Amino acid sequence: MKKSLKERLAILSDAAKYDASCASSGTTKRNSSASGGLGSTEGAGICHAYAPDGRCISLLKILMTNFCIYDCAYCINRSSSNVERARFTVEEVIWLTLEFYRRNYIEGLFLSSGIIRSSDHTMEEMVRIARELRTTHNFRGYIHLKSIPEASPHLIEEAGLYADRLSINIELPTDTGITQYAPEKRPDNIRRSMGELRLKIEEMSEPTLQTKRRKKFAPAGQSTQMIVGADGANDATILGTSARLYGSYGLKRVYYSAFSPIPDSSKNLPLIKPPLMREHRLYQADWLYRFYGFDIGEITSSSSDGMLDLDLDPKLAWALGHRDRFPVDINRAEREMLLRVPGLGTKTVKAILSARRFSRLRLDDLKRLGVSLKKVQPFVTADGWTPHRLVDRTDLRAMFEPKPEQLSLL
Amino acid sequence: MCTLEGRGNVEEWREAARAFLLGGVLPDLICWRTNGETMGLFGVETPFPPPLPEFSSPKVPPDFIKLAGAVICHSDPGRFSLLYRLLFRLMHERRLLDMMSDADVVAARQMAKSVGRDYHKMTAFVRFKELPLPAETAGRRKFIAWFEPDHFIVERAAPFFQRRFNDMDWLIATPKGAASWDGVELKSTSEPAEKPDLKDETDDLWRTYYASIFNPARLKVKAMTSEMPKKYWKNLPEADLIPGLIANAEASVMEMAARAASEPLPFHHRLQEVAASVQHAPSLPVGSHAALKEEASRCTLCDLHCMATQTVFGEGPVDADVMIVGEQPGDQEDLAGKPFVGPAGQLFNDVLKQVGLDRQRLYVTNAVKHFKYEPRGKRRIHQKPNRGEIQQCRWWLKQELDLVKPKLVVAMGATAYFALTDEQHKLADVRSKPMVMQDGQTLFVTVHPSYLLRIPEPEKKAVELLRFREDVESIQRLARSFA
Repeated sequence: MKKSLKERLAILSDAAKYDASCASSGTTKRNSSASGGLGSTEGAGICHAYAPDGRCISLLKILMTNFCIYDCAYCINRSSSNVERARFTVEEVIWLTLEFYRRNYIEGLFLSSGIIRSSDHTMEEMVRIARELRTTHNFRGYIHLKSIPEASPHLIEEAGLYADRLSINIELPTDTGITQYAPEKRPDNIRRSMGELRLKIEEMSEPTLQTKRRKKFAPAGQSTQMIVGADGANDATILGTSARLYGSYGLKRVYYSAFSPIPDSSKNLPLIKPPLMREHRLYQADWLYRFYGFDIGEITSSSSDGMLDLDLDPKLAWALGHRDRFPVDINRAEREMLLRVPGLGTKTVKAILSARRFSRLRLDDLKRLGVSLKKVQPFVTADGWTPHRLVDRTDLRAMFEPKPEQLSLL
Repeated sequence: MCTLEGRGNVEEWREAARAFLLGGVLPDLICWRTNGETMGLFGVETPFPPPLPEFSSPKVPPDFIKLAGAVICHSDPGRFSLLYRLLFRLMHERRLLDMMSDADVVAARQMAKSVGRDYHKMTAFVRFKELPLPAETAGRRKFIAWFEPDHFIVERAAPFFQRRFNDMDWLIATPKGAASWDGVELKSTSEPAEKPDLKDETDDLWRTYYASIFNPARLKVKAMTSEMPKKYWKNLPEADLIPGLIANAEASVMEMAARAASEPLPFHHRLQEVAASVQHAPSLPVGSHAALKEEASRCTLCDLHCMATQTVFGEGPVDADVMIVGEQPGDQEDLAGKPFVGPAGQLFNDVLKQVGLDRQRLYVTNAVKHFKYEPRGKRRIHQKPNRGEIQQCRWWLKQELDLVKPKLVVAMGATAYFALTDEQHKLADVRSKPMVMQDGQTLFVTVHPSYLLRIPEPEKKAVELLRFREDVESIQRLARSFA
């Protein structure tokens, strides 16, 4: 018997939930006032709901189908798994997107798919959905399409015209990992697709000679995802791969997804609790790399096994390992050094730079800017405050570590 | 005392504040209140004072207007006096708003931030429910939502919904006002509205989606409630699922773990058989350039292949008289898969054109076929290949030399020279003079064009460019002598 739309929605969203990406930000600003259609994107993304796993729900994240000819060990939809299979028609995906959007449940669509028949056939259907949403239904919300590696360049090109973001998941940080766990995928093909996409995005963003207008091609760029904890790769390897991907393909984001047990799991994989703290630390390190001027080498150098400290955030861990660079004078230090002070974020640093033009700052001023004094105190000097030898104390680390907790008996 | 409506209208405050300011009234002397509040014991409305001559036209920075527009929407009763205090101080302290640690500025910015957050949450958590049209009627679809904001933001947020939900009629009702759009006019009022009683069948699909997208193996309730506080739950159709999802999370993970992996269905075995029977590479004529290139694309002789995007193999006619050997592909070459297409390639092409040498007739390749670099920020910084890498990759260069059999080989840069001769010399010692290679071919050495791009001084650059051009002219003469 054919499954109802509701049943299939349950299957195909369950199949899509292991993809961490949810962003709906960073695309061009547009709305429907002139077109009289539906939808807008205004810079910042909007999270319309949060699930109890703490993840935001911004897009309708579904697969077109979870039938797949690939057998990637970590994936719930691999061909050897016995999960229930289903598929949507093109019209159903469009209907769901528009009806969900009208009720303000979502910002748009994040469409992915298992590979059926061939890469091109799958990609063609996905592009058709994006095209009809944009042209027939005048939809101006956000569209994120997963691009299928090995799909023809003309399909990727068309996808970029309708979608805000395209992504290909690399899933594992090393080539050996990919060959081991995803035997049908070729890492060099994934890299080549990303490279082609970057060239395409750059080519399209050049103003045309005659009208000086830039074409819109995947304006929110491309992203990827890596699974953390499925293979043996350590944090240094994972972050090294991220740095390479950011540098090589101009990715907007690399998502880290703690490997989480899947139904009907492959025998080759550990049935573990997802390493959520590790995932969190990786995101923090990723931020340090992208917005705080840290090199990956600096972030991972403090540990011997290439793993980030789970008890301390990576910036604090770095500061504790480089005490000769502290204390930092908040009234004189340059922006680059202020960014390295634990407890100061990019916005706070901006506010400090602005405020100190008018008066010398005291700790009270920092407090008013929303800074946690407990965290910054040992690392800064301010008007009326020096940490004296606080920064040299041997038990400084213990002051920041989480308090030991008694484990529950059961 | 000054009494205002106080429902998010900046104009009424602006008028009053302007009058007080023109009269030079000190901030401490005005007691602001809203209509709903009870009068104090000695509550008497302060008449606006006559304007003082020295305060003829008060000017404020545009930032203040923006800030005041947001702060006035806040529900804190202190917002009017705080804004007046800021306004009063701004007359003497022009750059007050940049003093990010000033107590008044911090307080105002915090209020604005909290209004901004409330606005954002409104755009996120309003849930429209469809009001079905009478049967057989065509026309714009109608939707109604009920929302409970903390502050007076309905009018502020209404244009957002107009820009987004343009092709449908909608009404958002809240205790702090209402807004509606009918395709022609955007209306908003600050009058409290009644909560409508509505049902929408699509909510059921949304609840299904919400429950299925949740991953029970990663329960993080605090992360959820910090972004979606409980006060919003009563108007969210999905929220009553939350306690059940949390309660069953652990059990469903345990159950998932307890079930052993089952045997794959026949579908999977059929796929595996098909995959095994497919020939991997389409057969290319053995010994051809295409076959060589295909083979090189899977090269794993050194570790560089894991870092680079792809093997960049040489290209050009296989019967070329001249083979150009560079160092290694750069950023652009790595992405495009072709040699000499980046900035150095452009320069090389320009010089070829000036000299009149046709690139189409040259075989162009690199000593090392993968891009070696170090990621730094959002860029890749070129790194010189080491001896081991050059020696490993020499195998491919040898294949190319054997296939093309050029009469003249041009080494551009020290790496290419080392790859071709296994000798390390200062480039200046071997440059610009034709030499004979082991196999009898002529070798000509010059600099790599990227060297020219890196010279900072314009004079030196011009000199070196000229020398390079002379080298290319020599290459052309040599090539002619072989033709």
